[in-house]
Amino acid sequence: MAAKTESNFKNMVLALFLVTGIAALALGGVYVLTKEPIAIAKQKKLEAAIKAVLPEFDTITISKAFDPDGDSLTFYRAEKEGKPIGVAVETYTNKGFGGTIDVMVGFSEDGTITNTSVLSLKETPGLGDKLQKSKSNFSDQFIGKNPANFKLLVKKDGGDVDAITAATISSRAFCDALQRAFDTYEKNKEK
Amino acid sequence: MNQVQNFTKGFIKENPVFVLVLGMCPTLGVTTSAINGLGMGLATTFVLVMSNIVVSMVKNFIPDKVRIPSFIVIIASFVTVVELLMQAYTPALFESLGIFIPLIVVNCIVLGRAEAFASKNTVWSSLIDGLGMGLGFAFALTLLGSVREILGSGAFFGINLVKGDTMLVFVLAPGAFLALGYLIAIMNKMTKTS
Amino acid sequence: MEYFVIVISAVFVSNIVLTQFLGICPFIGVSGKLSTAVGMGAAVMFVITLATMVTWVLQYYLLNPFGLVFMQTIVFILIIATLVQMVEIILKKVSPALYQALGVYLPLITTNCAVLGVAILTIQKDFNLLEGVVFAISNAVGFTLAIALFSGIREHLDLMEVPKGMRGVPIALIVAGILALSFMGFTGLV
Repeated sequence: MAAKTESNFKNMVLALFLVTGIAALALGGVYVLTKEPIAIAKQKKLEAAIKAVLPEFDTITISKAFDPDGDSLTFYRAEKEGKPIGVAVETYTNKGFGGTIDVMVGFSEDGTITNTSVLSLKETPGLGDKLQKSKSNFSDQFIGKNPANFKLLVKKDGGDVDAITAATISSRAFCDALQRAFDTYEKNKEK
Repeated sequence: MNQVQNFTKGFIKENPVFVLVLGMCPTLGVTTSAINGLGMGLATTFVLVMSNIVVSMVKNFIPDKVRIPSFIVIIASFVTVVELLMQAYTPALFESLGIFIPLIVVNCIVLGRAEAFASKNTVWSSLIDGLGMGLGFAFALTLLGSVREILGSGAFFGINLVKGDTMLVFVLAPGAFLALGYLIAIMNKMTKTS
Repeated sequence: MEYFVIVISAVFVSNIVLTQFLGICPFIGVSGKLSTAVGMGAAVMFVITLATMVTWVLQYYLLNPFGLVFMQTIVFILIIATLVQMVEIILKKVSPALYQALGVYLPLITTNCAVLGVAILTIQKDFNLLEGVVFAISNAVGFTLAIALFSGIREHLDLMEVPKGMRGVPIALIVAGILALSFMGFTGLV
């Protein structure tokens, strides 16, 4: 067995330098190799999120618009055979019970909600997480409704939305997200 | 010890989670379902095996005083490789495991085995040690994940088993502690009487 | 107001140990002596805050501009390892008693998931430097709170008759679980 390298200054610096250098090079290589698959995976995820809320499309144009609070929302305008068929808006609310909830809402050209999809949430499992389609059909009530005449507030607050039992805060937050998306959509209709 | 013992010690006798009580953070943090536990266990096994191999190969070239920082760089590199690979090829699992993937670098098991075993043994032995410990870890995580998933979500590997309400606490923070505590207690009882 | 939310969130609602599962190893192994636990918390607070500051600067001035984000894990952990070495040297000179009391747990702060975890979370949450520092200190306070509570309970637990299979780690985990359950009461606070 070869004797261990002596721990003098030159050897220590050299060893650390070599190890870090080789590591950085190897990682750089892996990074370059995986760059495309990662981009493809991200693209697939985005397309799936949009598909969940809009009818069939063949092209997407991405733009950003400012909501009433000054934050920007991402708009995905979808077209099929050259005709605009709707906009998917990536919206959010900070009023969730557990924090921020990200939602994707689909609007048809006249502002009617085509569908909604929760992108991420930190609500209580078994209660607030019922906002998700997989846990309950709470979000189905928004399909086909136009926020211009369907009040996006829970019935308790004088609106038209049936809240999730024992999860009023989460339900209110969801409405807040949808309202934000609708307001921003209306404001930017011409763009 | 022979290589068979070297390999199997990670499963029961020196199981990193149940006996050595190492790597607690990911054990509690990701085991909300069996598949998450398994995914994390396999990712950690990859890092463990690769870093054990490399550490064992360079052990004589690295001066003693800088061995810990060097091991850390080697381990961190393989963790980054796992991160990139998972982001590219298993994006859903990558998102479920979240911050715990980069945290594999501070998983005491990995640095522990590099320091305690790989720096003092042959490449082949280190490989087997890494494999055994890693799979033992994966076994523990999958077991805990299964228990929490069955009791807390009424499912197993995503397949729904139970209709109606389940013991939700098990997929929440307190449940992780409780489930692991009881599992270790049961394991203790079983290994003491055998 | 924003800072208030960060503080309350990090200390109580999303307590680093009892909700995020970071920093468990030192938590389980902490001694029954309250003073050592608080000393550990202070050391961790120092490392977390410094580490978050340095890693934040490196992320935004080195890694991002040069497209080196994939080096994050390596760079961050090296910073932490270096800082812990420095803390060891300083502590040995300034307070040899605490240095002795902490023993092997001091170098182990390097592998404390809480330190690396908070550094990464700060970047993920898009905090600016000041918010990041507040976030780091708050998490460290939460960590100290958790281990102080736990150490206090441990002092009493050591005097109790615990069933044989439960002794040591199992009962510690069960207690942690009950603590975590009580902290769940803070949900929805902010």
